[in-house]
Amino acid sequence: MRGKSDLAPEAVEEIGRTSGADGSAPGYRANRTLPLNVELRRQLSRKRTRVVLGCLIALPALLIAAFALGGDGRPGQRATDLGDLAVLNGSNFAVFTLLLCTHLLLVLTVALFFGDAVASESSWASLRYLATIPVPRHRLLRQKAIVAGLLSGLGLCVLALSALAMGTAWYGTGALITPDNGVLTGPWSAFVLPAVCGYLAVHLTWVASLALLFSVSTSNPLAAVGASVGISVLSQLLDNISRLGELRLLLPTHHATAWVDLLDSRIDWTSMANGALSATVYASVFTTAALVRFQRSDITS
Amino acid sequence: MFPSRRHAPSFTLLSVVLIALIVAGTALWSSDDESVRQPPRISARHAQIDVLDGPQRQQRVQLDLTLFVPSSTPAPAVVLAHGFTGDESDLAGPARRLAARGFTVLTYSSRGFGDSTGKIALNSPDYEVTDARQLLDWMARQPEIATQDEGDPLVGVGGTSYGGALSMLLAGSDPRVDAIAPMATYNDLSETMLPNAASRNPIPASTAAHGAEGVPGVFRHLWARKLFEMATGDPTSGSTSPPSTTSSSSTAPPPSTAPGDEPLTCENFVEQLCRAYTELARTGEAGESTSRMLAAASPSSVTDNIDVPTLLVQRQDNALFGLEQADANARQITAAGGTVKMLWVDERAGRGFPPSVWEQVGDWFSRHLHEAGGARGDRPTASFSYQLAEKTDEGSETERSTLVAERYPGLEEKSVPRFALPLRGGATKVINPPGGSANSPPAPRNNDSAEEDGASSGVATSPPNTPSPEGDERPAAQTAVFESRRSEQDVRITGVPQTELSVTSVPGQPGDDTAVLFARLLDVGPDGSRTPLGGSSAAIRVTDLAENGAPGTVDVALPPTVHTLKSGHRLRLRLSTTDAAYSSPEEAAVHRVAPAGRNTISLPSVPAEPVEETSPPYGALIGIGTFTILIIAGTVLAIRFERSRRRPPEPELTHVPLSVEGVGKSYPRSPDAVRDLSVRVEPGQIVGLLGPNGAGKTTLLRIVLGLTRAEEGRVRIFGHGITPSAPVLSRVGGVVESPGLLPHLTGLENLRSHWEATGRPLEQARLDEVVRIAALGEFANHKARTYGPGMRQRVALAQAMLGMPDLLVLDEPMNALDPAHTQRMREVIREYASTGRSVLLSSHLLDEVEKTCTHVVVLREGRRVAGGTTEELIAADSVTAFHVDQPERAARTLEGIEGIGKVEVRSDAVYAELAGHPTALAVNALVNSEVSINRVGPHRKLEDAFLELVGEER
Repeated sequence: MRGKSDLAPEAVEEIGRTSGADGSAPGYRANRTLPLNVELRRQLSRKRTRVVLGCLIALPALLIAAFALGGDGRPGQRATDLGDLAVLNGSNFAVFTLLLCTHLLLVLTVALFFGDAVASESSWASLRYLATIPVPRHRLLRQKAIVAGLLSGLGLCVLALSALAMGTAWYGTGALITPDNGVLTGPWSAFVLPAVCGYLAVHLTWVASLALLFSVSTSNPLAAVGASVGISVLSQLLDNISRLGELRLLLPTHHATAWVDLLDSRIDWTSMANGALSATVYASVFTTAALVRFQRSDITS
Repeated sequence: MFPSRRHAPSFTLLSVVLIALIVAGTALWSSDDESVRQPPRISARHAQIDVLDGPQRQQRVQLDLTLFVPSSTPAPAVVLAHGFTGDESDLAGPARRLAARGFTVLTYSSRGFGDSTGKIALNSPDYEVTDARQLLDWMARQPEIATQDEGDPLVGVGGTSYGGALSMLLAGSDPRVDAIAPMATYNDLSETMLPNAASRNPIPASTAAHGAEGVPGVFRHLWARKLFEMATGDPTSGSTSPPSTTSSSSTAPPPSTAPGDEPLTCENFVEQLCRAYTELARTGEAGESTSRMLAAASPSSVTDNIDVPTLLVQRQDNALFGLEQADANARQITAAGGTVKMLWVDERAGRGFPPSVWEQVGDWFSRHLHEAGGARGDRPTASFSYQLAEKTDEGSETERSTLVAERYPGLEEKSVPRFALPLRGGATKVINPPGGSANSPPAPRNNDSAEEDGASSGVATSPPNTPSPEGDERPAAQTAVFESRRSEQDVRITGVPQTELSVTSVPGQPGDDTAVLFARLLDVGPDGSRTPLGGSSAAIRVTDLAENGAPGTVDVALPPTVHTLKSGHRLRLRLSTTDAAYSSPEEAAVHRVAPAGRNTISLPSVPAEPVEETSPPYGALIGIGTFTILIIAGTVLAIRFERSRRRPPEPELTHVPLSVEGVGKSYPRSPDAVRDLSVRVEPGQIVGLLGPNGAGKTTLLRIVLGLTRAEEGRVRIFGHGITPSAPVLSRVGGVVESPGLLPHLTGLENLRSHWEATGRPLEQARLDEVVRIAALGEFANHKARTYGPGMRQRVALAQAMLGMPDLLVLDEPMNALDPAHTQRMREVIREYASTGRSVLLSSHLLDEVEKTCTHVVVLREGRRVAGGTTEELIAADSVTAFHVDQPERAARTLEGIEGIGKVEVRSDAVYAELAGHPTALAVNALVNSEVSINRVGPHRKLEDAFLELVGEER
């Protein structure tokens, strides 16, 4: 019979060999399951990931084209809007691109990577196979979140660098010009763009954790992404209602554009610190909720 | 399971949410967010009021004013007075800003300006000051304005330039004024119109910006001409700049002719002022009545009467009203008992002050007009601050930093620290060209815009007819230059540098006993770059020179500045005989100048600390810190909690692959999905769970794999209790419900990716073997999304077998497989078990279980209805069915056989337990009793039971 030859003789000897007191198989260590590089490869091999990153790279080109179509030359000396300043040089263009993307596109990107993280495994029915490896659930969530975070960070950097590169290629180099017509020079100017990205990364943790919470709550990736973006949009909507007064401080998106304060030779950190705090608090709550929910719930799909 | 365990996570979540809300709320509210505050509602009210002024108080003038009323009234009032040539609308922005801070703000057009009637009297006590006093009377009657007594409003007065002087004149003559904020204004008009930076007497060095305050000096004709043009409404210049930004005076074209030659029509000036102006413009000197008039219109006439809190704001590089004017005001008001806060700002461009300055004005009035502690703005107020503007390396951009000292030094206590830089250079003869300032080149000398371009141009002082751009070393030229030693350290110059010069007549050369020179200080870098310091030249007029050439020594107050002299830089003192802004003597003259006395330049330097314009956001930082600590603590606790839940394995069961005892699970929709179910799988067994759909097979398998929690009972694998992701599950492979493949990977990549996710060494996976077993063939390299159900199932089975787990859990393994693969898979499973491993599979097909399994457990509605070895259930307990024409007879016959088991008659057949008798015996017996037999065959209980279940379902 062929079956005999399929199973090697030594298979018999291996039975019952365990590696530790917890009764696990030889070579199994809970904290080595689902290594980051494996998960990263799983995600990077998806067309979705590549399309999103590609879109982020291409977006600045679209903006430049839009400027070229609608533009009527360079603005005068008294341009006070970041949009007017965008065409002056590469750094300004990069900053403007980030400003444009803060409210929706970056939120969408982050929600996509995080909301998709667990829900897509659910939808492929592969989540239960990861759980029976077994990858401990908190570890599963952590590795997924880290990879989603890396991809989101990559997206952010790709967008900023692409905008800087294309802006520089199209509009030329130059020091960052701030809305009050100051020029940022000196060592700080080199750190403005990274600092903006850094703040955005901190700020967007709230969307990330919310998307993660939705991701473990549903087996439909689109629903998780859509719900997170929807809540962000809702928060921005409420933020525009001035009647709410100081209550708006509690909205997660209230400090979304606080990084604009960085574009100044004298930086007021208050708003950004508040934004960081707000994001941290929301992220902690949502992450805890996601962990608790994922740990407690049965994996049904 | 303990019930508390299941609830523990919700307590964690609840506490995290609560703490989050508390921390976030406190931190966010404690840190002030300006952007969110509701814009206060401010209403503006226009009015015209009539006032009586003039020496006899009989001239009726109508003043145009606007009252900005805050949302809550009555409120303390602030009067804002505009600068020269402005009107009340100039200060509408600052007025709204102050109204937003809870002041009723009044702006008005002074007489002769805007829509107010009357003629300009230049802040005369009889006219403008009287008008302002009557404004206070009017204000006291307004319901929006808080009063202290009958007719005494609670009021602060501020103003820029011309208006700033008015605020002091009013405060000095009307005790109802409670606080003032004069901005960019003067102390003594004659000093600003006829400045003399030289004094025979020693200039006090106690304060930072003490002026020379010498005898009347050189007429600033350019400014006076401008003033005149503005007051007469000359359209070409009236709209450009008020004198408060007189640094821009030099941007106007210099006079093409001597000013005295111009026709004068003082239509906007009162007669007295017109006469004084004409005299000044004609002669460049002030007669007695003019001096008296200028003195009366100067704040210095009343400063000894000002004891209210005073905020002095001065531009650092203003050519007309320099820092020495603010210094004099500060000294005089302090001496009179007023509190003085001094603010020097670096504002060269633009006509107004920036919002930050107005905020400080608002702070000042809040501090002194609002009830103590009742209003915002009680921030600590430093008594002196100045701004340091430093050019960055890359050129045009200036970085500005504000430095704050506790008090303006020299007012009450210790003097300002001074640095002395030795000045070198021998005596130099300077020539005053005949014609005086009329010969001055039109541009760009003494021009701020040119100066800001640096040393590249514009600092050449010689007229074009002198070929040398500098003329420095010439024995006789229009310019004398002395240089200091290089500074050995960074020196921050704040205020008025002082030096001593000797000026002598040169016998035999033209020139009378009066010398006029213009002094300018330049910062000379190591590379020769030159930066002029201060907004204008200091005019020096030395009189009573001895004819014989005996030296006359004077103290000179150089142009005020705030500047950092870097180490390695030197100072250059340049003395020239002409300056476009001044009238210099028309007679040609030659004088000799040289450093004198200590031969140094004395530089005042007020020590001050840079001020952070915003305090660090402590609230938020503390919040973030607290939160991080809480999260870390929570994580540590959670890990400990998790560890404490681990139980040691059951020793008796360590060799039993699977032991399920009394497991129960219910779902909301199916209350008893599994109830009191026990299954045991021993090594080498293939146990089949047999039952129709919905019998609880899959639920049991999920519980075994830790995907679903059992509500009661225990599941142990090799003695280890099963919790979600228990480590022992690594010895279990499984397929539950449907295959889970990543659609974008090939079958082989799926297998590899799955194994990599285990983190175990690749050689343990036995990938090739598994691929061969599952007969994946060439499809292994196609994307999973192209697979049919059979192929997906095969890949899933292969995935379950990766690493040859000790227990295989398979849910309907033969689903979707074609007969060939089903057959092959059966063999594989049997082979698998023959190595001592165990398999638990479920199926709803009896045939399947019978052919594959060694043991069977039959499930029905979540309960176990039968179980045992397949042999037992098939063979031992099986009955034989006799399909006959006479069942009753056949039954009797069979019962007659000795030792036979139960015989049962059903509609179509007789069922008998032969209990070891051969079937042939029974057939013979039936044949003998003439029963005709259609068919004889085995009939299995298992099938019976199963069919019964299925039948019930239908």
